[in-house]
Amino acid sequence: MRDLVIIGGGPAGMSAAIAARESGIQDILILERDGQLGGILQQCIHNGFGLHMFGEELTGPEYAWKYEKKVNELGIEYKLNTMVLDITEDKIITATNSSDGVFQIKAKAIILAMGCRERSKGALNIAGTRPAGIYSAGTAQKYVNTMGYLPGKNVVILGSGDIGLIMARRMTLEGAKVHAVCELMSYSGGLARNIEQCLNDFNIPLRLEHTVVEIHGKDRLEGVTVARVDQNRKPIPETREYIPCDTLLLSVGLIPENELSKKADIKLSGVTNGAVVDQDRHTSCEGIFACGNVLHVHDLVDFVSKEAEIAGKSAAEYIKSGKKQSFVIPIKADGKIRYSVPQIITEAKDVTVYFRVSDVYKNAKIVITDGNKTVLSKNKAKLAPGEMEKITLKAEQIKSVKELHFCLEV
Amino acid sequence: MIERKLTCIVCPLGCELTVTLEENRVLEVRGNTCKRGEAYAQNECTNPKRTVTSTVLCEDGCTVSVKTDEPIPKEKIFECLEVINSTTARLPIKIGDVIIKNVCGSNIVATQNRSK
Repeated sequence: MRDLVIIGGGPAGMSAAIAARESGIQDILILERDGQLGGILQQCIHNGFGLHMFGEELTGPEYAWKYEKKVNELGIEYKLNTMVLDITEDKIITATNSSDGVFQIKAKAIILAMGCRERSKGALNIAGTRPAGIYSAGTAQKYVNTMGYLPGKNVVILGSGDIGLIMARRMTLEGAKVHAVCELMSYSGGLARNIEQCLNDFNIPLRLEHTVVEIHGKDRLEGVTVARVDQNRKPIPETREYIPCDTLLLSVGLIPENELSKKADIKLSGVTNGAVVDQDRHTSCEGIFACGNVLHVHDLVDFVSKEAEIAGKSAAEYIKSGKKQSFVIPIKADGKIRYSVPQIITEAKDVTVYFRVSDVYKNAKIVITDGNKTVLSKNKAKLAPGEMEKITLKAEQIKSVKELHFCLEV
Repeated sequence: MIERKLTCIVCPLGCELTVTLEENRVLEVRGNTCKRGEAYAQNECTNPKRTVTSTVLCEDGCTVSVKTDEPIPKEKIFECLEVINSTTARLPIKIGDVIIKNVCGSNIVATQNRSK
C-alpha cells in the first residue's frame, strides 16, 4: 500500500508530487512511461515557458529541469520506462517495466497526470492516398528536436494550433520551406505571439478558412490540394489549389489521454474529454484526482503546474483526513462559454473557476447567476477560444447557491 | 508621423500594440499592459531581436537543445544557425553550459543535460 501514486512524470505529475510532499505526504511514487521526467516539455525546445511561475522566459527542457531538480531534492521516488496498464475504482494500479515485470500497487490516493495526445489524421477524413510524409506536428517536433531528423523539405501545415506554428518556424530554421499554414476557422487557435514570431517573422502565409481536401502521392507525399471553406466549413470546389510538398504536418488539436480513467469508471466530460472534477480536482471516483492536460488542454504549462499544485495539495488533504462531499453545486456553461473546470463545487471556500469560450467575442460580459439572480459579473474587451479565462468566486457567494450558471452576454 | 501595429511577443498575452513613429523614433506606445511591452515596441521598431533556440549535434550522435542567452538581431538568425549547425558538442553537458561563445553577440548555451 502506497499513500500516493501519480501517473505521469510530466509538468503536471512533478508539480503535483512536489505540492503533495510539501503538504506532508512522504510516501509518493511517480510512474512515467518515458525514459526521463519532463514529458512533452523535453521536445519543446523553444522559449516562452515559465513567465507566470518563475518570472523568466525558459525553454521547455529548462522548465522541466526546475521541477526535476526539486523532485530529486525532495527525494520523491519515481519509476521511469514504466507503463501503467490499468487502474481500478478501488485504486489498484497495474503497471509494467522491464525490470519489475508486471506489478500491482494499491494506493490511498491517485493523481492522474497523463497529459494529452494529438488528434490524428484518421479523425479528419481527408480524401486521397496515404503516402509517407504525413506527421502530427508533435511527431515532427520529436524527430527534429530530440532525434535530429528533418522529416521533409517542402511543408504544408494543416491547423494553426501552437505546435503547428512552432513547427513552422522550427522547420524553416532547419532549412525547410513552409508553403502555407491552413486553418479551417476564421481565427487561429494559436497564441498571437506565435503568429507573429513563428509565421510573420519568416513570411509564412497563414490561410484562414482553408483546409486540405486531398492528399496526393503513392509512396511519398507529392502534394496536397487545399481549398477555401464557406460559412458551414464546407470546401468551395472553385477555390481548389494544388500545392506540391513532401510533408504535411497536422496541428489539429489535442485530446486528453483518458484511457486509464475510463478503466476506473471515472465520469468524463463530453466537452473537455477529461474527468469531471470539483474545486480540488477530485474526480467522481473517491481518492482519484486529475490535473494538467489529462483534465483539459491548457494554453500554458505554467497553468498546468498551478492546477497540479491544487491536485497535489488536495490529494494530501484526502490522504490525511479523508473527504466528505456535503453538497454538490453544478456549474453550467451556456454554450458561448464552452466549458468550465471545475464542473462542480463541493465546498464553500474561495474557488477560481477556469473556462473557455466557443468563439471570438468582443466587448462581452461574463455573468454568473444562481439560476435567477446575478452572483458575479465581469466585462471583457476580448475573449477567444484559444485563451483560457478565469474568475474567482468567494466562499460566501458559493454558500448561498444551489447551482451556478456561467453565461456570456454579447 | 506614422502608426505601426505590432503584436507583442514578450509573453503569451500577445498584446496588440500601436506605435507612433517619427523617422524611426518611437514617440508613443499604446496597447501594452506592462513595461516589457513598451521596451519590446521600442526595440522592434528600431533594432528587432529574437532569442534563437535550436539543437547542437553531440559527439555521440545525439542532440542537445540550446538557446542564445541574449536575443540577437533578427536579420542574423540564419547566420547564427549556420554556426550552430556546424558545431559538434563534447559530452557531458550540463544545463547552462556555454556550447559556443559569442555568436552574433550572444553565447549559445545548453538548455538540457546530456551525460556521456
